[in-house]
Amino acid sequence: MQTSTVLLVLVALCIASFFFARRKSHAVAHGSGGLTTLHSLPKHYGYMALAWAGLPALAALALWSALEPRMLEAEVVSSLPAEVRALPEQQFGLYYNQILGYASGGMNAAELDEVQLAAADRYSALAARFSWLRSALVFAVALAGAVLAIRRVQPALRARNHVESIIRWILFSCSFLAVLTTLGIVLSVLFEAVRFFQVIPLTDFLFGLEWSPQMAIRSDQVGASGSFGFVPLLVGTLLISAVAMLIAVPVGLMSAIYLSEYASRRFRTLTKPVLEILAGVPTVVYGFFAALTVAPLVRTLGESVGLTVASESALAAGVVMGIMIIPFVMSLSDDIINAVPDTMREASLGMGATMSETIRKVLLPAALPGIVGGILLAVSRAIGETMIVVMAAGLSAKLTANPLEAVTTITVQIVTLLVGDQEFDSPKTLAAFALGLVLFFVTLLLNVVALYVVRRYREQYE
Amino acid sequence: MMQGTENMGSMTSVAIEAETVETDSRETGESRVLQLQDQDEVRDYVTIGAPFVDNAKMAARNVNVHYGEKHAIMDVSLDIGKNEVIAMIGPSGCGKSTFLRTLNRMNDIIAGCRVDGEITLDGEDVYGRQQDTVMLRARVGMVFQKPNPFPKSIYENVAYGPRIHGLAHNKAELDEIVESSLRRASLFDEVKDNLDKPGTGLSGGQQQRLCIARAIAVSPEVILMDEPCSALDPIATARIEELIDELKEKYTIAIVTHSMQQAARVSQRTAYFHLGKLIEVGGTKDIFTRPRHQLTENYITGRFG
Ligand SMILES: Nc1ncnc2c1ncn2[C@@H]1O[C@H](COP(=O)(O)OP(=O)(O)OP(=O)(O)O)[C@@H](O)[C@H]1O
Ligand SMILES: [Mg+2]
Repeated sequence: MQTSTVLLVLVALCIASFFFARRKSHAVAHGSGGLTTLHSLPKHYGYMALAWAGLPALAALALWSALEPRMLEAEVVSSLPAEVRALPEQQFGLYYNQILGYASGGMNAAELDEVQLAAADRYSALAARFSWLRSALVFAVALAGAVLAIRRVQPALRARNHVESIIRWILFSCSFLAVLTTLGIVLSVLFEAVRFFQVIPLTDFLFGLEWSPQMAIRSDQVGASGSFGFVPLLVGTLLISAVAMLIAVPVGLMSAIYLSEYASRRFRTLTKPVLEILAGVPTVVYGFFAALTVAPLVRTLGESVGLTVASESALAAGVVMGIMIIPFVMSLSDDIINAVPDTMREASLGMGATMSETIRKVLLPAALPGIVGGILLAVSRAIGETMIVVMAAGLSAKLTANPLEAVTTITVQIVTLLVGDQEFDSPKTLAAFALGLVLFFVTLLLNVVALYVVRRYREQYE
Repeated sequence: MMQGTENMGSMTSVAIEAETVETDSRETGESRVLQLQDQDEVRDYVTIGAPFVDNAKMAARNVNVHYGEKHAIMDVSLDIGKNEVIAMIGPSGCGKSTFLRTLNRMNDIIAGCRVDGEITLDGEDVYGRQQDTVMLRARVGMVFQKPNPFPKSIYENVAYGPRIHGLAHNKAELDEIVESSLRRASLFDEVKDNLDKPGTGLSGGQQQRLCIARAIAVSPEVILMDEPCSALDPIATARIEELIDELKEKYTIAIVTHSMQQAARVSQRTAYFHLGKLIEVGGTKDIFTRPRHQLTENYITGRFG
């Protein structure tokens, strides 16, 4: 039976057990003098039976599915002749994969030898049997659970509490899953990064001032020494982010203040959707805008005052990134300023303060922690932004603090390192993981700081 | 609406049957109760008692306030005398806060609120073209129902007004203003060692006294208090009442309260509001011992509201 069929039947079983348990609880209640004699509502008994039928069966299904390939392999391998089993690991892997390929219909019989064909047949037969076994196991578990639950339906059974705690556990496992996923991502990046640091020393990476990740493929190749100093990338990233924040923070904050304190309700209702559209524009489109409009503009402007501006400059990318982040900063700050209680405004205005004094001296200080948190989130967005930089700031890893020159960022380098066909054991490719790890730590740090700031000052007003 | 009329009418008659105090205005009072249900008649209602005084600090004439469609204050005329404490009482939603807020134009910040009529402060039009809300609110301060100190230090809370209005020329003067304001609000001794601690960390009663200190730091001429004790325990309430008693030497005070006892204790005059109308004004003693209007009597004897 296919997994989807098993699941469908399982769902049907669960629903059935829900109704059985509910009916049983009605019957029990009838026998003992009315629904009020039950500890919980009939539906709670139903939900409990449903959970008992469904959850253990699902667990059994998951466990079986995880173990099945191993069991199959163990069975099939044990039937292979000894000389095949004595093959070196890699060759044996290939050999076994051919068996699997044939069994699943992906390979021609002509490519396999007699032994393999026999093994494949055995494999198919076993697989079919296992599939039945699996279905039987799952249904048996589900039925057993349902019967147990339904038999336990008594007036004294605290089904409501039971259901609540089951729900709590389900919710807990979901959040746990999110944590696990994050951990998995970090670990996978970490392992690759460790491989990178076995080739390139950590200090070279962290303190090196030059980035040119071309490794010599042949030893006699010239000009491909490969240096992996990450400082120019960090500086480029920070430079572009700084330009972006210089644009986004003042504009975003001030428009948030205007929107929340001065604007009429009509203006608000008109502006908010426009901003949401702005926030929803794909970054590639911003990239076009940066490369085709802003970069040439910056260049012409710069040249008109006698500055040399690279045709792809950090300034252009930063400005467009800033524009992209404005709605983000704005809607966060708007929410936060709005959350400052009206009593604060009244207190200040009632003292004879003007609107702008009230904003400067009362609202902004009260909202500051939230605003700082929002800005830090915006910074992590700027640091993680890739597309605009690829299109507008170039790829040259120059160590410079001059925003008129072309620079590159960590994310852009990760992309260029991994684009195209790559060997996954060359330092060039592995460098991407090291960069990813660094990026992860930088944004993590920012988020921790943001959370700390927000939490530390959150309780300033009620 | 019809339902309401019936209830109100029967309530009044029950009151008459239950108590056989002789009051000459009883009959007129009842007819007015019925009149008040009709929005059009209400416009012609004339406040009974003595809404006007000789030495008025603030004077309201034919004030109407609308929140959009809602007519919250109807044709109210009332004087607030110099150095007097006037209490404003009435059932919830009758417009006490609304009226109080018109006096220093706090209604300006409410979208859709419209004020008509005339209000003067020392003869000067509060809503006039020349009037500057900054100056006005410096002269007519406000203390709110819920203590609302800024999330700043105690010192900064009190120094806020003087700083805004440039009342102190140097740090020493500012210190002096802060200390004397806290003293007048009888809070200084409790907080003198903690002036740099946040004002929000004080107890409710202390917070309200801090708000009073903040309000008097700019030496206003009139202080408006909107149920300043509603969030406080009896001890804190007593302290604030004492404080109001002291403050009236220097200031003119208008206080909204739901407590009859408080109104009786602190005020010289009392104004009774009902459904946006100013029903009756008079000396506090008179209002509480010999109310002339049926509605006033019902309210102060606790029959409704
Ligand atoms: N911001 C507002 N927008 C619309 N209507 C309002 C607003 N504020 C008050 N009102 C209405 O105006 C009327 C008077 O309200 P107000 O707050 O002045 O009553 P109050 O006498 O102070 O009552 P309470 O004793 O409960 O504080 C009420 O009917 C209220 O619904
Ligand atoms: Mg009120």
